[in-house]
Amino acid sequence: MSEAPLLTVRNLRVTYPSAQGDTHAVRDVSFTLGRERLGIVGESGSGKSTTGRAIMGLVPPPGRISADELRLGDVDLRSLSERGFRRLRGGRVAMVLQDPKYALNPVMSIGAQIVETHRAHVGGGTAAARRAALEMLEAVRIRDPERVFALYPHQVSGGMGQRAMIAMMLIANPDVLIADEPTSALDATVQVQVLAILDELVRGRGMGLILISHNLHLVSAFCDRVLVMYAGRVVETCEAGKLREAKHPYTRGLLDSLPELGHRRAVLPQLQRDPAWADGA
Amino acid sequence: MLGIGRSILNTLVSVVLTFLGLTIVTFFIGRIIPIDPVLAIVGPKASVETYDRVRIEIGLDQPVPVQYWRYLTKVLHGDFGTSVITSQPVLQDMLHVFPATLELAFLALAIGVVLGVPLGVVAATQRGRWPDHVVRLLSLFGYSMPVFWLGLIGLLLFYAKLGWVEGPGRLDVSYDDIVPAVTGMITVDALLAGEYEVFANALSHLILPASILGYLSLAYVARMTRSFMLGQLRQEYVLAAMAKGLSGFRVVWVHALGNVWVQLITVIALTFGSLLEGAVLTETVFSWPGLGLYMKNSLFNADLNAVLGGTVLVGLVYIVLNMLSDLLYPLVDPRARDRK
Repeated sequence: MSEAPLLTVRNLRVTYPSAQGDTHAVRDVSFTLGRERLGIVGESGSGKSTTGRAIMGLVPPPGRISADELRLGDVDLRSLSERGFRRLRGGRVAMVLQDPKYALNPVMSIGAQIVETHRAHVGGGTAAARRAALEMLEAVRIRDPERVFALYPHQVSGGMGQRAMIAMMLIANPDVLIADEPTSALDATVQVQVLAILDELVRGRGMGLILISHNLHLVSAFCDRVLVMYAGRVVETCEAGKLREAKHPYTRGLLDSLPELGHRRAVLPQLQRDPAWADGA
Repeated sequence: MLGIGRSILNTLVSVVLTFLGLTIVTFFIGRIIPIDPVLAIVGPKASVETYDRVRIEIGLDQPVPVQYWRYLTKVLHGDFGTSVITSQPVLQDMLHVFPATLELAFLALAIGVVLGVPLGVVAATQRGRWPDHVVRLLSLFGYSMPVFWLGLIGLLLFYAKLGWVEGPGRLDVSYDDIVPAVTGMITVDALLAGEYEVFANALSHLILPASILGYLSLAYVARMTRSFMLGQLRQEYVLAAMAKGLSGFRVVWVHALGNVWVQLITVIALTFGSLLEGAVLTETVFSWPGLGLYMKNSLFNADLNAVLGGTVLVGLVYIVLNMLSDLLYPLVDPRARDRK
């Protein structure tokens, strides 16, 4: 962690203006990312996905992004043009979405969608892109890359689709991967396989990973560090292994409402929210 | 292979059923409308004997199911009876006038799709901004303006005032009978014959009615494209395509539009069908000797055989269009290829 961080975020704010007043989806979020696996957990609407999208410059209008510092390596993302962002997206920072059933274009073959990323960033001819795509499919442990290359998204299973999605996002060797609920749409056994592949690639290529999830168990088992978000704010940051020692009442509440094997409880406690947390208490 | 045979069988069965339904409808329309077919043949001054003889000759003394059966067998043999006005078989008349309508409808559809789809896409991507408002206003105008009014204004402006285009009819008289009829579409025939002067004249006659008819389909195609495109732009794969670093142009015109086509095929097929209907008014305004004008004249002269023949033909076109769009789906949608 002594080297320069891959990503620096300081006081990131995402605001949606409306006639009824501004909605603050993300409020003063700060963190840095090295070559590590950072988890962001929180309920739906806590701003975790929006944080990921803000880093990609993909907050839908009329959303506004502002930050005291937002840099990817040496690039200041705040002053970046759309054209500049386009070069970074897929090239230096990529994003894996939740459900391959919707996140892959249904009328385009899997191979063509992977090749597209390669051509946009690496350049070179179609043949080179095709070779790279086949290698990438192999890297995500698809046994028969030639066959899967020609298939369409509806012809593959969820797990296969998500591996294709990972291949599509990693083929241009980005430094940072944002995985937004990458396994939530998959069966439990397939989840483990996909996470293992993700882990192997992220470590092997020395990338930084941001894993966005609502699943505390998954994040604490898989990541090095965890950010806990509530109402657009980071309420707690801790080592994943020490999540059980978390201090913030929100985190404690979340942990407390998880059922555990061998720990019989008649009634799971409900999370009691304190409005003061939203203001950074 | 079994699947393909089955789907062809399905299509055939539905075509046959639709066709039967179509003939039943036209047959009963013929029975219900207050036109006495016997009177239309013999005229109001005929004697009672003549009237009764003709009545038996054309089989109106038979029970209705028998009449329908006779009608159906005749239609299947391409016999739509004889037109009272032209004294020619209706089929022959229709084969003569239909190419003129097709020529008009093809160009109109081309205009509607070539302009309508991009306009719809631009409106969707610029939603709420001025290009969107312009396209919506344009669509609304195309929707609301009666085609005969547009036709007359068009003639007044572009033919009478500005002289940019030729007036009513398909050709100037001096160009008549120069090119042999191959397809019946004069522009095509002129090109085939290498008669470029005739082609230019025919096109100059064609362009205004086709544009006005095309404007109607443009309005519809643009509106549907816009709403399909808005639906597609909300999809996750669009976000994924942007996250890959593709240009906005590629995301919209390749990724999203590729999916819009799947929905547009039916719309375009139906638009072509409605162009044939719109042709009735347009052809009347422009004295365009096509199926629409033919049907209008037949209708005003109580020429029942011709009207029913024309109705069956338009119905057949709809059936063919449906089959065609079924066949086109697999080309744009890989999911449809697997379903077959």
